[in-house]
Amino acid sequence: MRYLPLNQHDRQDMLAKIGVGSIDDLFVDVPQAARLKEPVALPKHASEMNVERHLTSLAAQNTAASSVPFFVGGGAYKHHVPASVDYIIQRSEFLTSYTPYQPEITQGTLQYLFEFQTQVAELTGMEVANASMYDGSTSAGEAVLMAHRVTRRSKAIISGRLHPHYRGVIENLSEMGGFELDCVPITVAGEEDLGGKIDDQTSCVVVQYPDFFGSVNDFTALAQTAHDHGALLIVVFTEAVALGLLKAPGDMGADIVVGEGQSIGNGLNFGGPYVGLFATRQKFLRQMPGRLCGETVDQDGQRGYVLTLSTREQHIRRDKATSNICTNSGLCALAFTIHMTLLGGTGLAQLATLNHERMLMLVEKLGPNLAPVNETFFNEVTVRLPRPAKEVVEALAARGVLGGIDVSRLCPDVGLENYLLIAATETVTEADLDAFALGLQEVLS
Amino acid sequence: MSDFETFSGHRGLQLEEGLIFEIGSEARSGVDLETPKGLALKLGGLTRTTPKLPGLAEPEAVRHYVRLSQKNHSIDAGLYPLGSCTMKHNPRLNEKMARLPGFGDIHPLQPISTVQGALGLMDELAHWLKTLTGMPEVALSPKAGAHGELCGMMAIRAAIEARGELATRKRVLVPESAHGTNPATAALLGFIVDEIPANLHGRVDLDAFRAKLGDDVAAIMLTNPNTCGLFERDIIDIADAIHEVGGYFYCDGANFNAIVGRVRPGDLGVDAMHINLHKTFSTPHGGGGPGSGPTVLSERLAPYAPLPLIVKRDGVYDLVENETSDNASFGRMVAFHGQMGMFVRALSYMLSHGSDGLRQVAEDAVLNANYILASLKDVMSASFEGPCMHEALFDDRFLKDTGIDTLDFAKAMIDEGYHPMTMYFPLVVHGAMLIEPTETESKQTLDQFIYVMRKLTEAAKAGDMDRFKKAPHFAPRKRLDETKAARQPVLKYQRNTLAEAAE
Repeated sequence: MRYLPLNQHDRQDMLAKIGVGSIDDLFVDVPQAARLKEPVALPKHASEMNVERHLTSLAAQNTAASSVPFFVGGGAYKHHVPASVDYIIQRSEFLTSYTPYQPEITQGTLQYLFEFQTQVAELTGMEVANASMYDGSTSAGEAVLMAHRVTRRSKAIISGRLHPHYRGVIENLSEMGGFELDCVPITVAGEEDLGGKIDDQTSCVVVQYPDFFGSVNDFTALAQTAHDHGALLIVVFTEAVALGLLKAPGDMGADIVVGEGQSIGNGLNFGGPYVGLFATRQKFLRQMPGRLCGETVDQDGQRGYVLTLSTREQHIRRDKATSNICTNSGLCALAFTIHMTLLGGTGLAQLATLNHERMLMLVEKLGPNLAPVNETFFNEVTVRLPRPAKEVVEALAARGVLGGIDVSRLCPDVGLENYLLIAATETVTEADLDAFALGLQEVLS
Repeated sequence: MSDFETFSGHRGLQLEEGLIFEIGSEARSGVDLETPKGLALKLGGLTRTTPKLPGLAEPEAVRHYVRLSQKNHSIDAGLYPLGSCTMKHNPRLNEKMARLPGFGDIHPLQPISTVQGALGLMDELAHWLKTLTGMPEVALSPKAGAHGELCGMMAIRAAIEARGELATRKRVLVPESAHGTNPATAALLGFIVDEIPANLHGRVDLDAFRAKLGDDVAAIMLTNPNTCGLFERDIIDIADAIHEVGGYFYCDGANFNAIVGRVRPGDLGVDAMHINLHKTFSTPHGGGGPGSGPTVLSERLAPYAPLPLIVKRDGVYDLVENETSDNASFGRMVAFHGQMGMFVRALSYMLSHGSDGLRQVAEDAVLNANYILASLKDVMSASFEGPCMHEALFDDRFLKDTGIDTLDFAKAMIDEGYHPMTMYFPLVVHGAMLIEPTETESKQTLDQFIYVMRKLTEAAKAGDMDRFKKAPHFAPRKRLDETKAARQPVLKYQRNTLAEAAE
């Protein structure tokens, strides 16, 4: 077996040193009834060539995003990732190291986490950011729990335009944790009165920016209302590139900003692994979940970095910890920070502008009959079709166009069967726009 | 050490590297983007000024991160015997497979008809996990080990709720040797954590456990093999006893590597167990994630498995993504379907080893750990009698009266080119040193390690204080001031911190 260095000779020598006759003697503590006498009923070992052949055949049954005109978003976005990002994250020292618990020999990981935290804080307009969470949805769930701890209240108000999966995660955590939720009914666009629901029991209001249906809204007044009642504003984003062009949530008065960082540096990967971003105000620092990297000095006075404020965390505080999280999304955070460094602030703003312009161009091509229901947008819009979107999406796929998401796939039973969610990033070409517009015209005629 | 400073601050191949904020600038970029057309924006006037984020050209960026990488220890470069972490070799075939466009470049919400191979892969992985554990159901979506614990405990809570006992079953029994995630997870779900002491053999104290049983007990959360590296001999009795009072058995599967292919948790009475794909099934640790924590469930918990569910009808795969009246799922733990990139890597590893190879994995992991235990127990203090499983636990009794503690000893290992073992965990012994070599280390590597460890114990007993107290001598940094970091947290770059520090 190519991954196992020991041979039979080694094994015999080692058993002799240990002083036992056979490997079975090392499993004596396993109850007799539970000892398997032979390998379980699964295929035997396979050569690298054969494994590659099998997995390649499975991969070939899927339609890769880059192989077709592609307009699917809804919380995961197809962007171009520079080749150097994937090269760097495959460096052995990044790929095959562990959590930086021994800082003297993990400064590489620690320094990029420090840089990552700084980038996330700047992007969100917040004072502090952690070293990342599993993904955007779990970050949102943790943000609500954190708001409960900060305010010592237990009711959250959830916008009807939050990504339905994110809402599901929050619902699940809240129900299981014994917290109250006020989920505003789903509406695609128009005014959503969240401020009117806030009272002195409210711990936080959760909104998305741009929202699930694509609209861009100003939450400055909502932040003020929340603060007047002693509640927090949580702003969630699923498209990090938007923050290169849009007013930062922190500048609207957000107290916690969380979101999905996949768009920067990370591929689609069928939904994971991704990287959750989590930022807040300095004064809430000690209620924050997740790992934090901080600057310090070594015994020679040289600058260095360590994991810090771990008294919030499960390995120290156990059942009193701020979260049960025991990891971050290290390598995905590395991909994020490398891509961000390659872009720089100006590059990110330019990339964001290109995304917005692609959608402006698509809207023009779709014409007045398929005008977006949202008046504002970044790189994603919702349109109302004359037929169920599910059929249209399948018919487009049959024509070789992945043309968006049937909204009712995520929001069933609320009368949104005819709504289609469409994203357009910088990867979309003129020809893709034409193929989509034409395909849609054919399918709907 | 040389007694002079270099002019550059570098020391040969040890290159100092500033922060991107010190070496880059906002206008510099490592990507070529087309010029925007200048169309009228539809952003509702919500625009920002350019983010104050430095950029680097590609050669500068590559150099920056390569220099950073050289400050890290890695499993590719040397032994990384962190107990409880299973730092085994990460096969590169797995990386290659995860990057096939048919896996890496597919969207979680593109039409189901266009991702049949991806769902097929998830189904195949599920089959392997269920067969290896002898369990009827698996939830693939949990994002990491602790998230898998949450999944298992949520399923248990849902089952208790379905029985109408939520108000009364509030207590979760957790051994004091448990990972911190266990009590943290139980508390997150509103359970009351009740600790069970360990006995003198490093295992659950059966009498203390029985004394805590009652009809208010929701579950026990037990790691097996446990965090002392020992198999819980009484595990079937423990499972029976918890079931008898109507509770559930959550098994922390962090240490599954020791028993894969030799023991099925389903045969031990387990109701739920997470599997760290990044431990047992070799997906890379990546400097602290991303992990992946699929969670197997017993017949009694299977109906409550989280969304999404994969179903197959007439040879075609489908995903159940929403709660319906047909399923009792407790809901959603995460957006989309889980860590697909890790599923590909783990299946690639499983197919490579096969059922025979995986059994050999457990055997070699246990053999390597026992070889270390047998080779060091005369000079270090083994905490418990008898063979261990995949990791060997020592405590600091052998350092008594030397003035050297576990931390000093660990830092001296860094100078010898090793990543230290897990220190001060589990909490049930003093100054713990938990060594897990894994099955991917050769006998030569272990012999060299044993030689060095023996020499270090000699040096410690001989009072070679500087070797330990000032260690590490040869790492990129000396010991770091963690108290300062926590007392005056500096968590992001501020333009003048360096200048101020110099004043």
